[in-house]
Amino acid sequence: MSLLQIFQDINSAFTGFFGINSYVQGIVILTCINIIAVLGMSVLTGFTRLFSFGNAGFMSIGAYTAAILATRYNLNFLLAIVAGTVFSAFIAFLLGTITLRLKGDYFLITCLGFGECVRVLFNYTKGLTGGSAGFSNIPNYSPMLFVLVCTVLAFYLAWRFIHSKYGRNLTSIRENELAAEAVGINVFRFKRMSFVFSAVYAGWAGALYAGYLMYIVPASFNLGKSCELITTTVIGGLGSLTGSVMGAIIVTLLPEAFRFLANYRMLLYGIAVVLVIMLRPAGLYGYKEFSLKRLVRRIKKLFTPKSTKGGDAGKKGGLTNEASA
Amino acid sequence: MFIQQLVTGISVGGIYALLATGYSLIYSLLDFSNWAHGEVAMIGAYTALIMSSNLGLPFIPAAIIGIGGAAAVSYFNERVAYRRIRHNHSPNMFLMIAAMGLSTVYQQAANVIFTGKYKQYPFRLPVSTVQIGNAYLGVLDLVSLGITAIIIIWLIYLINKTQFGLNVRAIACNNYTASILGVKVDRSIAYVFFLAGGLAGVAGILYGMKYNIFPTMGNVGLKAFIASVIGGLGSVPGAIVGAIVLGIIETLVAAYVNSSLRDFFSFALLIVLLLVKPSGLFGVDVQDKA
Repeated sequence: MSLLQIFQDINSAFTGFFGINSYVQGIVILTCINIIAVLGMSVLTGFTRLFSFGNAGFMSIGAYTAAILATRYNLNFLLAIVAGTVFSAFIAFLLGTITLRLKGDYFLITCLGFGECVRVLFNYTKGLTGGSAGFSNIPNYSPMLFVLVCTVLAFYLAWRFIHSKYGRNLTSIRENELAAEAVGINVFRFKRMSFVFSAVYAGWAGALYAGYLMYIVPASFNLGKSCELITTTVIGGLGSLTGSVMGAIIVTLLPEAFRFLANYRMLLYGIAVVLVIMLRPAGLYGYKEFSLKRLVRRIKKLFTPKSTKGGDAGKKGGLTNEASA
Repeated sequence: MFIQQLVTGISVGGIYALLATGYSLIYSLLDFSNWAHGEVAMIGAYTALIMSSNLGLPFIPAAIIGIGGAAAVSYFNERVAYRRIRHNHSPNMFLMIAAMGLSTVYQQAANVIFTGKYKQYPFRLPVSTVQIGNAYLGVLDLVSLGITAIIIIWLIYLINKTQFGLNVRAIACNNYTASILGVKVDRSIAYVFFLAGGLAGVAGILYGMKYNIFPTMGNVGLKAFIASVIGGLGSVPGAIVGAIVLGIIETLVAAYVNSSLRDFFSFALLIVLLLVKPSGLFGVDVQDKA
């Protein structure tokens, strides 16, 4: 009995016990995959203030590497996922080495170009990737429980990374690159570290995505996907990991809840992005992490007689109570 | 054959140039890439389509209303969204994200209203070709090339020789100092958005005549963005040169190498160029001041 079989058995036992049907499982898996990709984006955009429109490219590299290894070479799925992640990190390392010296929008456009190049190449190399018809027959190696464990692990690692010496260096680069350099931080090296970190997460998410859908096409990792990752990070809050998780959950679940709106979903999504940027520029969570203590304090405050200041802040908050603390 | 491809390339490049100058003008003023610009072109194309197909207007009035519609939408973006974000003192990237959001909104709105069908204008230019030497040149290509050339010459005159152009250049140089010296910064920026929107409208209509009209046609804005980066962000002459270079390269690659690798080559060119010349062909290398 293979390891994958054992995973699937545990998963079906778990879901059977709690009565979770496959539709809910699918939503949970997709949400988790988005969370992982957005966490990577959050480290890059929220904590280092670098924009990458190439993360969908890294996702597709992770997805295709894992899928091809697992399908063609019957590699163990854990190894395949690790291989996809490592390969995507390797490409990010190379790309970062040559492009991270570019400034602002110039860096952004090279990432964008890279993402599109990857997509066009995967479309073109029909022998290896199946071209635009897609790559199918991937074994289902992303059962819900496994993806959940991955997400928790990903969050834990990102949290530790951000709260380590390296994470503080990244934040200092975000606040003022010149000052960071002046106090002896090797800006280029840390930017690259952050870039590789986000590519690892993107590759990881991509590999899981391939295992869940069992069928991938280059078109699902287009520029729109990269934009979605960035906007999710912004909606969640630049500089907040928990905010990013909340953002990913909202952005994945809301379209499911509004499925009856069909065509209008993406329209509303765009409007929401513009409104959040205009009215709550720091995102839902701003620069704060979610904390249970603050939430309890806030709830207590709601039930005590309002001071004028509290009332005012509540009005300004608009989207969420948590925000204006 | 080669001449023929070259003319097609320049004419495609001309359409990119109309959009790319808009990117550059806005970038030079506000330091952000207006991602909704391609969608403005799309709106111009659809407005002209409604005017001509549904209201039965002849070509010229329909096109003028289309251009006006695009300009109005661009102006609206600035008045409703960008200005407010600027006054919030948010970082520049927020403008870019708002632009991304607006671009989704317009694209999806077009999808909902017009469905994803490919449409064509009821008026058609003769599909005939003109023979010059060995080359057969499409009339549409030549007409669009002519229109583009006239507009670009006018634009260069506008920027270099008029009071409006002086104001714009002053704001691009230093927005705060310009405001002290009595330049109406917000008003000039709004005019620039109006102007850029009009140019995008022309580009959208020409593009719609050459190919089709469809909700995602705004993605041509991405090509124009690349063109303006190749030329150096914020430089109008750079944007024009970059656009024409990109148009020619795309056409030649599609003709002689492989049409499915067309985009690959344009992006690869972009990355290589930026590595060699990190601020584009005509860009100014702005260093952080300590």
